[in-house]
Amino acid sequence: MTTPAAPTPEPKAEPVQPAAPGTPRTARSWLRDHSELGVSILLLALGVLVLTDALTMNVDITQRGPVGPKTVPVVVGIGLLIVAALLAVDVLRGGRGQAETGEDVDLGEPADWRTVLLLSGVFLGSAVLIEPLGFPAAGALLFWGAAYALGSRRVDRDPLIAAVLSLAAYALFDKLLGVPLPGGPLMGVL
Amino acid sequence: MNALNSLLDGFGTALTPLNLLWAAVGVLLGTAIGVLPGIGPAMAVALLLPVTYGLDPTGAFIMFAGIYYGAMFGGSTTSILLNTPGESAAVVAAMEGNPMAKSGRGAQALAAAAVGHFAGGMVGTLLLVALAPTVADLAVDIGAPDYFAIMVLAFIAVTSVLGSSRIRGLASLLIGLTIGLIGLDQMTGQQRLTFGSLHLADGVDVVIVAVGLFAIGEALWVAAHLRRRPPEPIPVGRPWLGRADLRRTWKSWARGPFIGFPFGAIPAGGAEIPTFLSYVTEKRLSKHKDEWGKGAIEGVAGPESAASASAAGTLVSMLTLGLPTTAVAAVMLAAFQQYGIQPGPLLFEREPDLVWGLIASLFVGMVLLLALNLPLAPLWAKLLRIPRPYLYAGIMFFAAVGAYAVGGEIIDLVLLLVIGLIGFGMRRYGLPVLPAVIGVILGPAAEQQLRRALQISDGSVTGLVNTPFSVTVYAVVVLLLAWPLIRKALPRRTTTTAGAPETPEASESSESRTPTDRGV
Repeated sequence: MTTPAAPTPEPKAEPVQPAAPGTPRTARSWLRDHSELGVSILLLALGVLVLTDALTMNVDITQRGPVGPKTVPVVVGIGLLIVAALLAVDVLRGGRGQAETGEDVDLGEPADWRTVLLLSGVFLGSAVLIEPLGFPAAGALLFWGAAYALGSRRVDRDPLIAAVLSLAAYALFDKLLGVPLPGGPLMGVL
Repeated sequence: MNALNSLLDGFGTALTPLNLLWAAVGVLLGTAIGVLPGIGPAMAVALLLPVTYGLDPTGAFIMFAGIYYGAMFGGSTTSILLNTPGESAAVVAAMEGNPMAKSGRGAQALAAAAVGHFAGGMVGTLLLVALAPTVADLAVDIGAPDYFAIMVLAFIAVTSVLGSSRIRGLASLLIGLTIGLIGLDQMTGQQRLTFGSLHLADGVDVVIVAVGLFAIGEALWVAAHLRRRPPEPIPVGRPWLGRADLRRTWKSWARGPFIGFPFGAIPAGGAEIPTFLSYVTEKRLSKHKDEWGKGAIEGVAGPESAASASAAGTLVSMLTLGLPTTAVAAVMLAAFQQYGIQPGPLLFEREPDLVWGLIASLFVGMVLLLALNLPLAPLWAKLLRIPRPYLYAGIMFFAAVGAYAVGGEIIDLVLLLVIGLIGFGMRRYGLPVLPAVIGVILGPAAEQQLRRALQISDGSVTGLVNTPFSVTVYAVVVLLLAWPLIRKALPRRTTTTAGAPETPEASESSESRTPTDRGV
């Protein structure tokens, strides 16, 4: 064995421009640069959650075979803790996860949180409305609301497309594929 | 011989009017989806998972396979006309295809891609017919330890071969495994991670996870970074090829499948590596080296043929071993689970109509693709102008339909949004989505096989490695895990973590010649 470099178990840090050493930085910008540590914290929390759930399980009666229902959750929980630690080390050493790119993605500008919140709100709102209003109406609201959140302002065209799409999907699933969707009062009238 | 008879029976299944209709729907839908920016084949199949509630399995899988091939073809159209490939498999098509389109040869580029897909798909599917029954026969008596080994291989391959960071891949896998744990333990009925909720006791439906991660996560992510002015596609006419172009491309079409197919069958990231390898090969063999980078037609023909063949290779491991090597295969595996069908060596014995009907429909789909896409290309190009708000609102809409169709419960939609937000965070911090999906789909099955194997061996760990098959698979796993160390140990090799385009080239040169001319 003439291995020149001793194999190190450390994670491979991607050489993404390391912060210039010695530059004075405020705590806020440090946190901004290292926001990925939040992922590490979430993984840690998830690991603790999985382990707590597994270890508080009451299995003496149900245990069958050498490996009970506890074993795999314990392994997964410990794995989460280890990965959380490794990720934190990687981030502190300058590693960064690459944000995903795509045809319509422009990473040059800061994230537009307003749109994301609006979209999530529209989604939840329509979900709640499915039962009282029926699927076609709630679905149309979802499409129109989502298009609005994403910047479409054609008051003449948007609701029309939304209504047609929603009715078509309703007909396709409820009538053709046999997946029941609630029609709601609107469908009762038609 | 036997395979040929079965294939003929398969054509009997595939050529019924209804199944022909599903193949056509799949191919058209797949191409449209592939052309549409922002939607990849995996998201498309995930969004269509709810049709499994209403369709018979054969029809559903014929449609899914059509979508897979169609989307690959459509993706290359986007690359050539827009130069902003969204899927990794279509990156290479843009490298020569877009310069061709810019210099007014877009029609030829599209034709080279279309015929390339046809050739690659045909050869790939023929290889599938020849190989799949043999693999299934070899693997037919594999037991619990072997299944567990295959699943471990899937986990390791998906986290360490794909993506640039192993830790992030592993984190994603563990998130998926955790979601897979939610619900009642399959063997004892013990509640796990349910927090007393009756709804969670049923587990999180895999449709919700796949749609949430692929569709909602993507829509939210794009919404946060939506380009103000979408790129303008280059206008294009009906694709055609002149005699001179044909003379240049036919060899590339023929070579592509033999690069694409093997890479599709192993868990090495689907079409990404083989398309790049094919590109490099064609460049080296080309007589028109001066044209490369400015629009060499071989650079479109070869990689596209390889991409299509890799899809066929993917189906070999998915159907014979139940091992998903790409995101699409993972979602298709989820569809099999929805039907209560376990893909694996026994699939060819238990569901011959389904499997051979599916394989035969691949041939049908390929012919349909070629026949439809050459004349329809200008129409597809128009799809690139769809207003982005409608596109992503539509994705949100169909995601909601799909999740609601699972059980008709509002809580599923809330769960969908939560998983979508997880998907958003994963995209923001570079956690690949595929390992999480594989974790959810294979995690519970892997646990069951593990426990079954250990029950047989009465708790002794040797029960996991008591077959030649499992030992071989674990050897491959160890090799994958040790690969970075081995690479470091090899003399004169680059040790930097190169970006995606660098890696295939590096591994390619190590196979074909001594790496003396390389150095970064």
